[in-house]
Amino acid sequence: MSRVRVLVGTRKGAFILTADGTRQHWQVTGPLFAGWAIYHLAGSAADPNRLYASQSSGWFGQLIQRSDDGGATWRPVGNRFVYEGETGPHQWYDGTPHPWEFARVWHLEPSPTDPDTVYAGVEDAALFRSTDGGQSWHELPGLRRHGSGPFWQPGAGGLCLHTILLDPTDPQRLIVAISAAGAFRSDDGGQHWRAINRGLRSAGIPDPTAEVGHCVHRLAMHPSRPNVLFMQKHWDVMRSDDGGASWYEISGNLPTDFGFPIVVHAHEPETVYVVPLRSDAERFPLDGRLAVYRSRTGGHEWEPLTHGLPQRDCYVNVLRAGMAVDALDPCGVYFGTTGGQVYVSADAGERWMPIVRDLPAVLSVTVQTLP
Amino acid sequence: MIRVVLPAPLRALAAVEGEVLLALDGPATQRALLDALEARYPALRGTLRAPDTQRRRALVRFYAAGEDLSHECPDAPLPAAVASGAEPFLIVGAMAGG
Repeated sequence: MSRVRVLVGTRKGAFILTADGTRQHWQVTGPLFAGWAIYHLAGSAADPNRLYASQSSGWFGQLIQRSDDGGATWRPVGNRFVYEGETGPHQWYDGTPHPWEFARVWHLEPSPTDPDTVYAGVEDAALFRSTDGGQSWHELPGLRRHGSGPFWQPGAGGLCLHTILLDPTDPQRLIVAISAAGAFRSDDGGQHWRAINRGLRSAGIPDPTAEVGHCVHRLAMHPSRPNVLFMQKHWDVMRSDDGGASWYEISGNLPTDFGFPIVVHAHEPETVYVVPLRSDAERFPLDGRLAVYRSRTGGHEWEPLTHGLPQRDCYVNVLRAGMAVDALDPCGVYFGTTGGQVYVSADAGERWMPIVRDLPAVLSVTVQTLP
Repeated sequence: MIRVVLPAPLRALAAVEGEVLLALDGPATQRALLDALEARYPALRGTLRAPDTQRRRALVRFYAAGEDLSHECPDAPLPAAVASGAEPFLIVGAMAGG
């Protein structure tokens, strides 16, 4: 029977949650790296025992941990993230120049075909790649230098490159998202980049339809249709049918279109999940009721999924990397909250149950489906 | 031997308990001490000094024999009491965060 391994990054360590394919009974391992913020963990599709973790501390900086045995043991690998050449400034929150400074790794994205190749999205925004299992890291500077970099401004969480999508049908195509700059695409393996934000409208910036400056919170793609992209923007849920060249809004009947994560069902490319929050000032569910919203029509029409979720006095947040799906049938959907709960639905969102209730604030959730 | 006391998160990272003892080749300076520490425990690379500049991280402090050595030149001699092993070199995570 297939198994699932859920990798959970929290403010104070990592946890690994495992279950068989029924996803009813769970084993919890952790905390790993206790006391450190674990922004992201990711497993290699090419070798599911190869895991990477971003371990971060305001005191002691950035570490990358690697496991070759599915998380049983770990060892630190390279943590030298040095921008290539002169960086120059980006814009600070108030529009003044601010030097580019490395802070942490937000996202790790292993290659789908080579366990030793992994991409890292970092703050201040840049894309790095390792081809030796994380021992050494080299920037792909074409992103930072593509032209709009000096105009990028940080979002509330910092100037972070938080999403990396690798097109499974075209190894030359990479798509990334940066808060609060927008989405960017390369069609030549990361050498050259262009902003892909046409159609986005952000009321809080001087030019609402500017080429860059949009606070993109998360992107999602179904591997069978890499030209179709879904976006949770600061406000607005968006869709592109042309690889990001243009976007249109699909917020439809959502009660609010502010939120952070967005994921696509493993087997239904038109089924999408978001977690609406009341507003950017009040980053918690509406009326204290936690709800995932699902669209089975690729957007516009959304339904609340609440069975098993707290429906009173719930004021948690679900962060941008805090939601994921497995590849089982029925598709499992998972999300972690800033209150430390990790919820699972083993039936594509119909019913939810908590796997754990009292972890530190959850920063990220990723899922491996194992044979 | 020079005695070094690491903060708890770095003791866990380096998988050590108690003080670390280091023998230095050449003059006993802060830089030589940190180089030797990182050579013995590679997991600590980048945690005390920024990887690109080798400057002390802002929230890492160095103390010994009742003195704050955080702002000393990295190539200045360590206090004699540290160099002789009479006093430990204390690496401390700055109190921050409320």
